[in-house]
Amino acid sequence: MASAQQVRQRSFTGVAGLGLLVIVAILLLVDLALIFLWAPTELVLGEVQRIFYLHVPSALVGFMAFAVVAVGSVGYFWKRTAKWDRLAHSAVEVGVMFFTVALISGAIWAKPVWGTWWTWDPQLTTTFVLWVVYLVYLMVRAYVPSKDQAARYSAVIGIMGFPLVLLVYRAAELWAGIHPGTVVGPGAESDALDKDISLVFTFSLATFTLLFVYLLWQRVLVHKAEETVEELRASIK
Amino acid sequence: MRAYWRGALAVYRKDLLLEARSKEAVSTVAVFSLLVVFIFSFAFDPSPRTLALVGPGIIWVSYTFGGILGLNRAFSHEKDKGTLEGLVLAPLSKDAIYMGKFMGTLTLMLIVELLMLPVFLFFFDLNVLSFWFLVIALLAATGFAAVGTLFSAIAVNTRSREVMLPLLFLPMALPVVIAAVAGTEDALAGRGWAALGQWVQLLIAYDFIFIVLSSLTFEFVLEE
Repeated sequence: MASAQQVRQRSFTGVAGLGLLVIVAILLLVDLALIFLWAPTELVLGEVQRIFYLHVPSALVGFMAFAVVAVGSVGYFWKRTAKWDRLAHSAVEVGVMFFTVALISGAIWAKPVWGTWWTWDPQLTTTFVLWVVYLVYLMVRAYVPSKDQAARYSAVIGIMGFPLVLLVYRAAELWAGIHPGTVVGPGAESDALDKDISLVFTFSLATFTLLFVYLLWQRVLVHKAEETVEELRASIK
Repeated sequence: MRAYWRGALAVYRKDLLLEARSKEAVSTVAVFSLLVVFIFSFAFDPSPRTLALVGPGIIWVSYTFGGILGLNRAFSHEKDKGTLEGLVLAPLSKDAIYMGKFMGTLTLMLIVELLMLPVFLFFFDLNVLSFWFLVIALLAATGFAAVGTLFSAIAVNTRSREVMLPLLFLPMALPVVIAAVAGTEDALAGRGWAALGQWVQLLIAYDFIFIVLSSLTFEFVLEE
């Protein structure tokens, strides 16, 4: 039975979650306004370049999510508590979602600029494969008989996937392709961006990061609730 | 350390002996790889000009799919006969089991790769006896076996395990396939280290990282 303290804690997470949701929603609206009304039109690419503020942050946040997966996976083997497994599992779900956005927005951007939706450029190919790796992560979880096995196997994949995450992050530099290299984030050249563009981009990235934190947190809570329901069901039988 | 290698070699010898008596894996995988090559000869017009373009691709598609077939067997045997429990209960460290299994898988892959060399040489006239191609083949097989052995142990415990292994293995092994195909292209064209050095380096880095990571995580796969 839930104690008074647990109830109070639950209502606190509820209020904090709602508060964060409102903040993220407002920031996303401001972000949209900045992207479409305030940001300067890029000289070479024109209006279509505005997709940059959506495409790059979602890819970067996807990489961030997969780094969280690696942390959660190592944490699970270290502490062996469901908390770490929930963190890794939720981060995969959210990360795959952000990578999907990055892939689709990339295709929409590529059509007018490169003249094709998709090309087998190293950056595109490896990003797509990384997306598949984490899709398989979710499949393995669904196809094993027990919860303990799901946690262990998926943690192994979460750890094995991390070197690939680093490789894909630097793929455009490692293999010269058509996709431009890293212009922002760790390992990027400085001064690659115009000041106003860089300002809007930073705002967009911060917004996406906050959105990621919100979604991750909510997924963790949902998984926790699912486990509680399962426990209760088992105790009734 | 000595106990580790003694354990690993014992597991390795067991797998080799099993294979030497049955010859099941080598024969099935070799014939399968051969069939993959034949399908390619129908899919593409095998004229010398197209072969120069698609040759490296044919080699690595046949090695990769043959490899998956071989990997499926690494643990399915143990699982079906119930000997996996025996292996886990044996007084060996888990990473010694991994190392033994890894060496077994690698040996199997290398044997099949060797058996396939004359096929590429006679049917397609590809210059597969070049030194750098053999180095790349060895390094790529090592990478395949490193991740494949670990994923094979995961796949046997899932439902629909025959499908699960390729799903796990192929995306993870993609850097190896990319590097192997690109390096083979250079090697078959007679180019040296200056051209293919980056691919060899990538393969070495991949092998090293994934042998270490797989050894470390293997014990979490086997524990019941």
